[in-house]
Amino acid sequence: MRSDQVPGIEMLGCPSGLEPSADSINQDHSDIIDPTPYISRRDGTYTLELAVFGAKCAGCISKIETAMIALDGIDNARLNLSTGRLSLKWHSTILAPIEITRTLHDIGYRAAPFDPAAGESDHDAEGRRLLRALGVAGFATANVMLLSVSVWAGGGEMGEGARGLMHWASAIIAVPAALYAGRPFFASAWNALKNRQANMDVPISLAVVLALSLSVYEFFAGGEHAYFDAAVMLLFFLLIGRYLDHRLRWRARAAARDLMSMQTITSRRIRNDDTIESVAVRDIKVGDRLLLSPGDKAPVDGMIINGSSYADVSLVTGESAPRKLSINDQIHAGVINKSDQLTMRATASVENSLIADLMRLIEAGEQSRSRYIRLADRAAALYVPVVHSLAFLTLTGWLIAGGGVRLAIMNAVAVLIITCPCALGLAAPAVQVVATGRLFKSGILVKSGDALERLAEATKIVFDKTGTLTIGRPQLKNRSALPADSLDIAASLARISRHPLSRAIVDASGAGTIAADAVEFAGLGIEASINGQRARLGSAEWVGATKSDDTKLESWLKIGNTDPVRLIFEDMPHKDAASVIAALKNDGLSVELLSGDREDVVRQTAEQLQVSDYSASVSPQDKSAKLQELTDSGFKVAMVGDGLNDTPSLALAHVSLSPGSAADASQAAADFVYLSEGVGPIVEAVTVSRKARKRVLENFAFAAFYNACAIPLAVFGFVTPLIAALAMSGSSMIVTLNALRLSKGPAPNDNSFKIRLGD
Amino acid sequence: MTGLLYLIPIALLLGVLGLVAFLWALREGQYDDPEGAAARILMDDDIAKGSDAENKRRY
Repeated sequence: MRSDQVPGIEMLGCPSGLEPSADSINQDHSDIIDPTPYISRRDGTYTLELAVFGAKCAGCISKIETAMIALDGIDNARLNLSTGRLSLKWHSTILAPIEITRTLHDIGYRAAPFDPAAGESDHDAEGRRLLRALGVAGFATANVMLLSVSVWAGGGEMGEGARGLMHWASAIIAVPAALYAGRPFFASAWNALKNRQANMDVPISLAVVLALSLSVYEFFAGGEHAYFDAAVMLLFFLLIGRYLDHRLRWRARAAARDLMSMQTITSRRIRNDDTIESVAVRDIKVGDRLLLSPGDKAPVDGMIINGSSYADVSLVTGESAPRKLSINDQIHAGVINKSDQLTMRATASVENSLIADLMRLIEAGEQSRSRYIRLADRAAALYVPVVHSLAFLTLTGWLIAGGGVRLAIMNAVAVLIITCPCALGLAAPAVQVVATGRLFKSGILVKSGDALERLAEATKIVFDKTGTLTIGRPQLKNRSALPADSLDIAASLARISRHPLSRAIVDASGAGTIAADAVEFAGLGIEASINGQRARLGSAEWVGATKSDDTKLESWLKIGNTDPVRLIFEDMPHKDAASVIAALKNDGLSVELLSGDREDVVRQTAEQLQVSDYSASVSPQDKSAKLQELTDSGFKVAMVGDGLNDTPSLALAHVSLSPGSAADASQAAADFVYLSEGVGPIVEAVTVSRKARKRVLENFAFAAFYNACAIPLAVFGFVTPLIAALAMSGSSMIVTLNALRLSKGPAPNDNSFKIRLGD
Repeated sequence: MTGLLYLIPIALLLGVLGLVAFLWALREGQYDDPEGAAARILMDDDIAKGSDAENKRRY
């Protein structure tokens, strides 16, 4: 069913035009996944969860849901636009599940099923708990503040009884609310104390609990000052920060999960009776026969048992030239079949394939990265002991000075309340939320909360070549040197073929006609008659030309008895690669190139892009070793790569970036995934993360300054609940406004919406 | 001043109403898909004429 047969839908993909459709992204890929193995069945109801890429607007919702409901048998379809998750429910068995993904593909969206068993619940329980706590704290803050303001405004005029009434009402609201809303902090502080550590939550919990108990005591003792409002307001502000931080992490995790779901593709297995079934990759066993159509990716390591074809190995080895595969050749998981149908026999299951070895290297790298301590936590480590000793000194000081136990405790608690890290708790999350939001608009996904901080610290940037700095496919190089018409003729032959070099000729020539009687001879070339003359496009020997002795990728065209024409191909750098590298150098980063490709090709690219440090023919292990070496010599390395061979180094690097066209495992290992042609977003990511770091440090500096002013007041007993409330809300507001400044600035570049997910 | 004895509980009651509404919305999943909720209001449900299943749907 093509899109023009779906009623009421003319255009592919997002109707807003912000997103390219799946069709325009994957012209040569037949990437329709049969979701059968991922359907879960309970009480006769079938459910399926799919990640849908490219849905961005109201039009997408109605387009997708209408198309799904129009399928025979589907009872319910609901698209969650925030998460890109489509849930389907149906009862009947008349529906062929592949129709679902095919229909989505036909209307222009790429979809991948979620594994219901492996997928942890999407339900964001922690986020809801925080929101509930935030709601309760907000309610308590507003109402207690109402009562407190009247106490302050009443001042001396308010009678003892009225003040008692106000305090009594405040206590009834504040105590249960604070105990409820403070649970996330109490739990975390308790855990830290149990491990004999002190985190930011220890002073927070202490301040809240002491403020409450002191206020209750004062209330019964008939005292004038109560800190009920301070306790709940503190929690309210901190919960905002906590919720923002949580949401950021959760979104990052969801993005990572979406990318991983692209990995759980299905494959086509040939049964013993030669019928074909769809299996989940994890169910493939050694010895299974698998069918690979052009565009399919080998799911496991194996051996070719039938057919011959050209394959794209660039994601596995970094080699840019297509490789010919025929019977008895080894094929690695991740290799993409390009031109003809292949049958392979699995020689390893998924856990034992090359990809799984790389995964283990990734895990090792990620463990080393998890030792990174975030800026806010580093600040807390300095801050906590200082504040606690100050409070203790205040207590002893007032006792020695003879102020009495009650006054001493009051002032010590005032110190704890006024220094409470409200601004610190908000400072970092607010900046990070604004920064990731801005990057997201430019088509850059940030996959971990502290990735921005790590990117801002980077001093060296290491690039992979094939597919990262270069386009990753052979391009026609000597177009201008070709005789007139020969490109058109070559293209009219090449249009019938899926060979990578043929695709390059067609790309260079654009739309046109197909030679009427063109025939492809596998492994040799294409023949047709043009104006009564025989024309051949293919290898040197086949067309009767003398092969030149350089190692360039070539193809020959011979028409009739004229001299054969040589077409030269090579992988070209992205248009913006040179300017991006210049910009990065300008930003003070040193640039290096590490490639698995051949020496001469790498040298040429490096010279073209003015990169002086480069290494060629580097194996994945060598890449990791090289990165380790750089790290040991004091560099904070940012790694940019797209291939499976880069994956271990992506995980090992201080911070890593990966294009949206990268291998799934690479995207999973990278901290940033940028979804556009070219490398332009890297500059944007570096700029924004450096700005974000600056804002965070500014906010910390402000918080320190504010404390420097407020602490003497508290120590010497001048702080009243009114001053505490003003100071606290004021500082939190300033910190948040400073974070929001980050969303302003030069607009993201125009390429930002050219989203390319998967490959 | 005795007015306060009525007014404070009334103020609190209104606040509690707001809180209950928020918690209800949270439990009903109104915060699960903020972007979708913003987009769905633009959709013309009336125009869609299709299968029975479609007409049964109400968002």
